Amino acid sequence: MKISKDTYQKITIKLKINGEIVETDIHVSDLLLNVLRDKLGLTGAKPGCLNGDCGACTVIMNQKPMKSCLLLAIEAIREEITTIEGLLNSTIQKEFVNHFAFQCGYCTPGFVMVSHALLMNDPNPDKKTVIEWLSSNICRCTGYQEIEKALYSVIKGGNACGLKPKNTVKSNGAKKTDETGRLN
Amino acid sequence: MVMIGKSVARKDAWEKVTGQAKYTGDSQEGDMLYVEKVISPYGHALIKKIDLSRARQLAGVKAVITGGNLPLTGEEIRDRYPIAYKRVRYHGEVVALVVADTPKRARQAADTIHITYAPLPVINTPRQALDPKAPLIHEDLGQYKKISKVYPEQGTNIANRTKIRKGNMLKGWSESDVVVEESYSLRPSDHAAMETRCALASIRADGKVFITSSSQAPFMIKRLISEYFGIDIGDVIVTTPLVGGGYGGKASVQLELLAYIASRASGGRLVKVQNTREEDMLTSPCHIGLDATIKLGCSQKGKLKAVKILYLWDGGAYSDKAVSLSRAGAVDCTGPYQIENVSCDSLCMYTNHPYASPYRGYSHSEVLFAFERTMDSLANKLGMDPLELRRMNAILPGHTTPTQVLLNSSSVGNLPACIHRLKKLMEWEKGQRIDLGNFKVKAKGISCVWKTSTIDTNASSGVILIFNPDGSVNLVSGVIEIGTGSKTILAQIVSERLKINLEKVKVQMKVNTQSTPEHWKTVASRGTFMAGRAALQAADDAISQLKHLASCVLRAPVEDFEIGGERVFLRDDPSKGLSYKELAYGYTYPNGNAIGGQIIGRGHYVLRHLTPLNPETGAGKPGPEWTVGAQGVEVELDTREYTYRITKSISVIDAGKVMNPKMAEGQITGAMSMGLAFGGRETFYFDDLGRVMNPQLRTYRPLRYGENPEYVCEFIETPQKDSPYGLRGLGEHGLLGMPAALGNSLSLAAGVHLNELPLLPELIWRKRKGADEGDLL
Ligand code: FES
Ligand code: FES
Repeated sequence: MKISKDTYQKITIKLKINGEIVETDIHVSDLLLNVLRDKLGLTGAKPGCLNGDCGACTVIMNQKPMKSCLLLAIEAIREEITTIEGLLNSTIQKEFVNHFAFQCGYCTPGFVMVSHALLMNDPNPDKKTVIEWLSSNICRCTGYQEIEKALYSVIKGGNACGLKPKNTVKSNGAKKTDETGRLN
Repeated sequence: MVMIGKSVARKDAWEKVTGQAKYTGDSQEGDMLYVEKVISPYGHALIKKIDLSRARQLAGVKAVITGGNLPLTGEEIRDRYPIAYKRVRYHGEVVALVVADTPKRARQAADTIHITYAPLPVINTPRQALDPKAPLIHEDLGQYKKISKVYPEQGTNIANRTKIRKGNMLKGWSESDVVVEESYSLRPSDHAAMETRCALASIRADGKVFITSSSQAPFMIKRLISEYFGIDIGDVIVTTPLVGGGYGGKASVQLELLAYIASRASGGRLVKVQNTREEDMLTSPCHIGLDATIKLGCSQKGKLKAVKILYLWDGGAYSDKAVSLSRAGAVDCTGPYQIENVSCDSLCMYTNHPYASPYRGYSHSEVLFAFERTMDSLANKLGMDPLELRRMNAILPGHTTPTQVLLNSSSVGNLPACIHRLKKLMEWEKGQRIDLGNFKVKAKGISCVWKTSTIDTNASSGVILIFNPDGSVNLVSGVIEIGTGSKTILAQIVSERLKINLEKVKVQMKVNTQSTPEHWKTVASRGTFMAGRAALQAADDAISQLKHLASCVLRAPVEDFEIGGERVFLRDDPSKGLSYKELAYGYTYPNGNAIGGQIIGRGHYVLRHLTPLNPETGAGKPGPEWTVGAQGVEVELDTREYTYRITKSISVIDAGKVMNPKMAEGQITGAMSMGLAFGGRETFYFDDLGRVMNPQLRTYRPLRYGENPEYVCEFIETPQKDSPYGLRGLGEHGLLGMPAALGNSLSLAAGVHLNELPLLPELIWRKRKGADEGDLL
């Protein structure tokens, strides 16, 4: 792909989002978050800081939670992206409802995605792991207790998230990622 | 009661967990223009020159706007230009706007604007501002347009002074055997709602102005845009979808004005202004700071006798809501105690800091930090149990508040009951300071809290219930869903009153000022009280219409009808009746004739008998009731490093009536979390130029998961007799005592007076160092 220096020149890319291939025109400097929201109408991922601090923009890329404000859209080419819109009736969402694990709801898509990704990677995480994963996001409304309860009720219920075990999910030619989910 | 007191799921649950919930910034239209701001890099400076030449020439730029030719704005004192003119008074103040066809082009053009400033001396604390030699931040203070209930002092930095004069101070001091005097200070900080503020505006050819905003006060936006810009009020139409956290910060009107100005400069086209996180912290109004001095006296036995208070509020560069905040701080200037002799001066000071907007608790958590720390100092000097000191002075029916409101069992909750429960929950008798060995000390600190509202005396709330053909009903109210779940509570109230299934109450989350009855502002924990009363009246109105229609169809007196099971039926023969469905759109006879029409229930409510404060004594009735509570915090302090862990945080609140237990608990724990972060770590750091050094969520850090303590929350129920089902305000109260309780626990653990916020280990270390050099407690 030839990329011009002119930041206003658009290129057409293909992304695989929620199992569908979509084509969109972007500037090379566009953030994945902005492409999702402005170009594809997927506004579930929210901007909260554009700095990697809040996690409101979290999506799942190749089974890892990623802050879409820290990714360029072109970095997502050929990767497998799941946004909150691609998650329907998951167990974690039901438990978020049951446990009142949200108030204003602005952080909620991010928390649902990071929780869901955690369960995909480790259906039975220990306390330390849960803290490590959930502390990547900020919720200003709740005291986190409700989110914790929602997550643990899924953990206790066994792997009820309706997911295939990790190793059987087809990687679809995705690039390797290190443990933080960053592209190598 | 079927619906009241039940933890029914929130009406906004599924849209929120699926990402379908729409917030202001989510709206995107093809022809939209984007606004970027140029903000002041200084706390105080003259604007010498603005060079716009390059910005204007860039592709895609529609307008470049600077100050001048704009009206002065402000809710009580008009002292602020929406875009700075000739002078900036705080770091982050808007100096210019660029409107362009993409956000990037707007940003790029904004970055080419070159501004020359001449820095001026900076006022960095309200005590500095009070100094007669201090530079004036508003030389024209006396000339500004203002409402009548605010008292700016020309030639000073005092934007407003509220005086409380209750009882006889001479008598009070003569009866005081033990007196303490302490000073406190805390700098401004931020709400840090996850959704940064955002506003959209367009102006139609016929003059109609359309605003969409992430706001707690769309009806105030409507009013102020009409007043500031001379537009017929009915031609300003404001829409507010779901709001991503408010905590008071979105009750100020700011970005909406910029959006309107930008649209006007771009031929009325639709424009969007969204704050970056940094702008949200710097440019938009922040959480107020406070310097305080309290002198408190009591008898040998611990009976409070007299208190003299000076509150100096750090209102920032402009007075907007800060004057009202300083007034609210005077209204409940003491803790929830009976004190016969009170003298308080609460001054709203201008400084070169970001200006203030309301913050959850509306001045009460700041006041309580100062007052409840003083209570602990007094207990310490008396050698008395601090919980017992509070219990014996607790405010009760028959007592009067600082503004001389005589309380009764409806207007104030049961504080002794709250204290009693707190004592149990904290295992108080096991000791307050426990040495755990290994350089670890466990300590317990407490705070009692109270709060009433100080909203406009004629603030109104309305509800409309519109029936659907199947007998279900649409609930329309101007309360904004900012996260507190108020609209679910309203649905519970309507469901209960109409005796209709909760699923059949359809809640309209979005508010539109043209089609939604006004709810003054979604603030002050008054949503469910006021809109709840309006909802009850609307339900009764609908019931009366249903009964009248049934009376006609069934040829029986209206009085003979009852409702139940979504039917109207005859009391003595329930088999004779009509379903809501048969009546929802009027009644149609078998031959096709029809009578009546769609059932539309209307209700409204205004709090009664409220008065403004007397300017000399402060006497007046600001709100209908005082919610009270008792709160506690347990910490473990490392006595070598002065780091600490908050292990437990407890609230016992008199909720009047718990309408939805899980939601109530969520409100209280969420508020506790915010209060602990405020007390423990949140503050703006200012440099000598008045610049905020930490406007990011990695340098300004709210609590994250894993840093939270265990939360315990309990409710007492003492009904407020005028409110729906006895409920009391609840949204703010979990926060109120947290900074104070944290300060009290850490002061006890460390053995020093910790009278500043935030309570960072560094502060404890500094005080400890001072103490080690001889200034022991
Ligand atoms: S917006 Fe991506 S982490 Fe905050
Ligand atoms: S629910 Fe509001 S920030 Fe989490």
